[in-house]
Amino acid sequence: MDKLIAKNPCEGLLPLTIGSVTLTEEEPGVMTALAPYKGKEKDLSAALKAAHGMAYPAPNRATGKAGSRAVWFGHGQAMLMGPAPDASLAEHATVVDQSDAWAVVWIEGEGVEDVLARLVPVDLRPAHFKRGHTVRSLLFHMTASITRVGDRAFQIMVFRSMAETLVHDLKTAMEGVAARG
Amino acid sequence: MRITCPYCGERDRREFYYRGAATDLDRPAPDAGEEAWENFVFLRENPAGVTRDLWYHEGGCGAWVVVTRNTVTHEVLETRLASEARS
Amino acid sequence: MRIKGKGLIDRSRSIPFMFDGVRYSGFEGDTLASALLANGVRLMGRSFKYHRPRGVLTAGSEEPNALVTVGSGASQEPNVRATVQEIYAGLEACSQNRWPSLNFDLLAANDLAAPFLGAGFYYKTFMWPKSFWEKVYEPIIRRAAGLGALSGQDNVDKYERAWAFCDLLVIGAGPAGLMAALVAGRAGADVILADEGSRMGGRLLAETYEIDGKPGHVWVDEVQAELEAMDNVRLMTRTSVAGVYDQGTYAALERVHHHDGRHPHGAPLETFWRIVAKRSVLAAGALERPVAFRDNDRPGIMTAGAVRAYLNRWGVSAGKNVTVFGNTDDIHRTARDLLAAGVHVAAVIDSRHDAPLSDDYPVLRGAQVCGSSGRKGLEAITVRRPSGEERIQTDCLAMTGGWNPSVHLTCHMNGRPTWRRDIAAFVPTPGAVPGMVPAGACNGSFSTAACLREGIAAAGEALADLGVKLPEVAVPEAEDTPYEIAQLWAVPGKGRAWLDFQNDVTVKDVKQAAVENFRSVEHMKRYTTQGMATDQGKNSNVAALAVLADATGRGISETGTTTFRPPYAPVSIAAIAAGAEGRGFRPQRFTTSHKASVARGAPMIEAGLWYRPSYFPKPGETTWRQSCDREVRMVREAVGVCDVSTLGKIDIQGPDAGAFLDFVYTNMFSTLKVGRVRYGLMLREDGYVMDDGTTARLGQHHYLMTTTTAAAGDVMKHLEFVHQGLRPELDVCFASVTEQWAQFAVAGPKSRDLLNGLLEKPLSDEEWPFMACGPVKVLGVEGRLFRISFSGEHAYEIAVPARYGASLFDILAERAEALGGGPYGMEALNVLRIEKGHITHAEIHGRTTAFDIGMGRMVSQKKDCIGKTMSERPGLEEEGREQLVGLKPVGESKQLLAGAHLYNEGAEPTRVNDQGYVTSVCYSPTLGHMIGLGFLADGPERHGETVKMVDGLRGVTTLCKVVDPVFFDPEGGRVRG
Repeated sequence: MDKLIAKNPCEGLLPLTIGSVTLTEEEPGVMTALAPYKGKEKDLSAALKAAHGMAYPAPNRATGKAGSRAVWFGHGQAMLMGPAPDASLAEHATVVDQSDAWAVVWIEGEGVEDVLARLVPVDLRPAHFKRGHTVRSLLFHMTASITRVGDRAFQIMVFRSMAETLVHDLKTAMEGVAARG
Repeated sequence: MRITCPYCGERDRREFYYRGAATDLDRPAPDAGEEAWENFVFLRENPAGVTRDLWYHEGGCGAWVVVTRNTVTHEVLETRLASEARS
Repeated sequence: MRIKGKGLIDRSRSIPFMFDGVRYSGFEGDTLASALLANGVRLMGRSFKYHRPRGVLTAGSEEPNALVTVGSGASQEPNVRATVQEIYAGLEACSQNRWPSLNFDLLAANDLAAPFLGAGFYYKTFMWPKSFWEKVYEPIIRRAAGLGALSGQDNVDKYERAWAFCDLLVIGAGPAGLMAALVAGRAGADVILADEGSRMGGRLLAETYEIDGKPGHVWVDEVQAELEAMDNVRLMTRTSVAGVYDQGTYAALERVHHHDGRHPHGAPLETFWRIVAKRSVLAAGALERPVAFRDNDRPGIMTAGAVRAYLNRWGVSAGKNVTVFGNTDDIHRTARDLLAAGVHVAAVIDSRHDAPLSDDYPVLRGAQVCGSSGRKGLEAITVRRPSGEERIQTDCLAMTGGWNPSVHLTCHMNGRPTWRRDIAAFVPTPGAVPGMVPAGACNGSFSTAACLREGIAAAGEALADLGVKLPEVAVPEAEDTPYEIAQLWAVPGKGRAWLDFQNDVTVKDVKQAAVENFRSVEHMKRYTTQGMATDQGKNSNVAALAVLADATGRGISETGTTTFRPPYAPVSIAAIAAGAEGRGFRPQRFTTSHKASVARGAPMIEAGLWYRPSYFPKPGETTWRQSCDREVRMVREAVGVCDVSTLGKIDIQGPDAGAFLDFVYTNMFSTLKVGRVRYGLMLREDGYVMDDGTTARLGQHHYLMTTTTAAAGDVMKHLEFVHQGLRPELDVCFASVTEQWAQFAVAGPKSRDLLNGLLEKPLSDEEWPFMACGPVKVLGVEGRLFRISFSGEHAYEIAVPARYGASLFDILAERAEALGGGPYGMEALNVLRIEKGHITHAEIHGRTTAFDIGMGRMVSQKKDCIGKTMSERPGLEEEGREQLVGLKPVGESKQLLAGAHLYNEGAEPTRVNDQGYVTSVCYSPTLGHMIGLGFLADGPERHGETVKMVDGLRGVTTLCKVVDPVFFDPEGGRVRG
């Protein structure tokens, strides 16, 4: 009997270290897009707290912690990352499985903001973009979700099909920064 | 050029897709008559001065934004969510 | 000639370099220009039009003459300013625009023809015969005039783009800029200080000024050290701020590796910065202007400020026996600096009648230089005094006509500078750029003390708006000499007096333009080409318009300036476009089956950003048609597998999902049963077709919309617009799930057999009729199945989470092969759909309506929808509209071509006889001939008629029979069977 074999979006592409910056693929677990129904944002937030221990995130913010996070994902939408969504959430929001839709990477190290400054048109320096902050923006030509997850660490998400371009663009920027020494 | 998205804050223009005049929000009733529909679909003002237009934060949060700006001074005077702009 | 003990160069580090094949050496800190001057090389280039020998005129980025080519081969860089290029071991530079050599340039003959080559000469001279312009004159002129050449090879250097953000951007690190950055930095503001030089300090490096009793450069080093220690201040050297844009966006070019010739792996040669600043201080300094007099362009004649810069910064005297000429006290400072360094000053020619006298050097008051002589370099000047003319031997003339504040950046947003008569110069108009405050020399304040004061004040003004309060700062002690100037633009006299050195524009040219009524400064510029070269008139603009003002009897203020546009200094296109070449051009989207398709030898074709297999060649197949025909037969006779994951999939949920779909589709979706799929048509608001696709109802409030691959992004944008902008009251949410699911079409009579081996429960027509959909388990994994068909065969689309896509494709392809089928590509997919008369964006190309494609009845009369009202316009439904038909060749020619036009059989193929056009064609292996889809006037009523297809471009005429667009299985028995 044949068996379906799972593959990660960045298989064969990562990890990668150039200079002081390291790029690795993250396995985020279950990813669920949550979009609250009209007027149900508070109820959804309460249900999220009860079931998963985190509030529904305000715009440009992520709640929760590593392994169980809710990342604001744009107009009327958040991405629950880690736990399988509790059934109670569906009362207040549309619940869409997106576990396979995004390539998720971590980029980390001294100078990581300089690397991202070559690709992202948003100020990601620590004073302006702190842990728990997130943006929907561009990474070179791709729409991306970028979240600070540590002092020198970011989680970056782009469409799964663009994983190769993501690694290509980040690698180019990492080389440019590393070459400056 | 920079546009302040009501959700995301000030962002570079490249994150936005430009649609055109905000009159696109004022869709006539189906029986409003030829003139109203012609106005709605085809006719646009081209002011030297304050204008309102629609931008989509495509490289960002996906919000449709009504931007009030001045075509002479390039000032951006106000930005609002399209979903709230008509009320 | 190097002067002992002078300069900020490191004499312990000698650096060898080549110029025009000759080996020289300079010191660490030298530019190519300073090193060549130190080696006694004065001739550095030839002029644009007349090929006159030229030496360096300035010491900065505004240099018009000393342009060289650096490097060779693929990384060759033309038009590099020798005054900007720092030397490094191994630097190879060549002069330009000369043949066979710089010293002996045959095209210098142009100079003899100068009387015929004045302003507008090509508009007048090359009028006849007309055909000669393109074939003879233009190539000759292009060859004769010009600057450096590109290598013609792909650029091998890496360039980079980057973003930076700050509260305050300080442009220029002279005394004003340093002071502004210092106080803003101390106040804790987030500051970027950018300067185009290799070293901060601006004119403080070129003069002998003291600040707080210390040499200027020492003060600079101290301030720089303090700034470097601040976390909130970022210093950017070799970075020219080149453009100012709306809402505080600035473009800047950083020259990262031009100065050392190094190419560490991945290192950019240049970085193009976009700096977003809440406020800025412009401290760009000023540029000295030459004086126009006869033959003022000989090597050895340069600006006085440049002579001082070479002396004080680089320890180089530009001559052994120097004369100085001008109209401000700068000339006396120049003489004093030279004398202090032990250089002989032959004379100081001061145009002012009340000029100060000196015991140390002869001063000729009220005098003007009116000519020069010397071959390939200055040997003597002629001075005119009230008492008569005299000749003075000299090898270097330092001249000044005063200073022009660098107002350029204040004009990038349509600002116009203001004329200040007292300093005979334009200054920035306040408020010209929102949030930008000018300070120091660029603001017309030339003394060092004034620069320091204004730097502090400008930072204070800029930051006050941001709520940042500046600490009390004492203004450092510095010279505060008043600036006294007598206007001096052009010395009257015969011969050619150069205004624009780079474009070879003389006083006579500007006057001629005025005589010929090109009196507007913008017209004069276009007619004479003054100000149009790489220096963009930095050295010549103000003098040229002063001459024009004089010639037209107007004031300078009234005459005005031409428009200063970005970039301030040249920016390479490679830097602006950095990273966007090759794979960086746009994102590549790969399906989960990509690698397997490539491994099977499939050529991949681009579909938007996606890559899809064109066909899967088998051994023995030598053309795409052989593979394609086999794949079509395979689907019609057995089973084929095709990755359709690239089609847009939008998850639509919410209590109002049905109502929303009714509004965006022409047909009804609220009535669709759960577990069923319906074909839908979307219109634009103007009534034309936007996109089509199937939508499945997965639950009471849950739909899954499919869009075409090409329109996926646009449809999502459209849905969001309709919801947010037009129907915000509807409770509905969208999520693109295109990437979540890997989806494969399994098509053909054996499709059910294939799938039955993978699914938990065998498929039956009862449970899975045509257009059914629902969840399934695929080899134990939760998936979705849709019984839909684009090929017209009994077919399904099966979807699994994308992580399993690669694996499922392999299994499907292998099992299909075992059943006599296999994977098929885009070519076969296209043939299958044309045989069935299914449309794609070749047919719904933006000018066709539902009526035109034979789907007029799909526009429901029971409800409103986007585009409905406008689709009912009489003109869109009237007789004579071109409507969808099928075409098959019936005459001698069997060829059909997409893009060809249709005519009645006997009609001339002219525009007025046009009856329609062909949109899609293919060879149908099922029918054994070519078939086509197209639009024909009143087409549906003309089935059976013969029309003539004419492809004028490719010269093909084919008689076609008009038929129903569904060529194969018109009853649709196969999809249901």
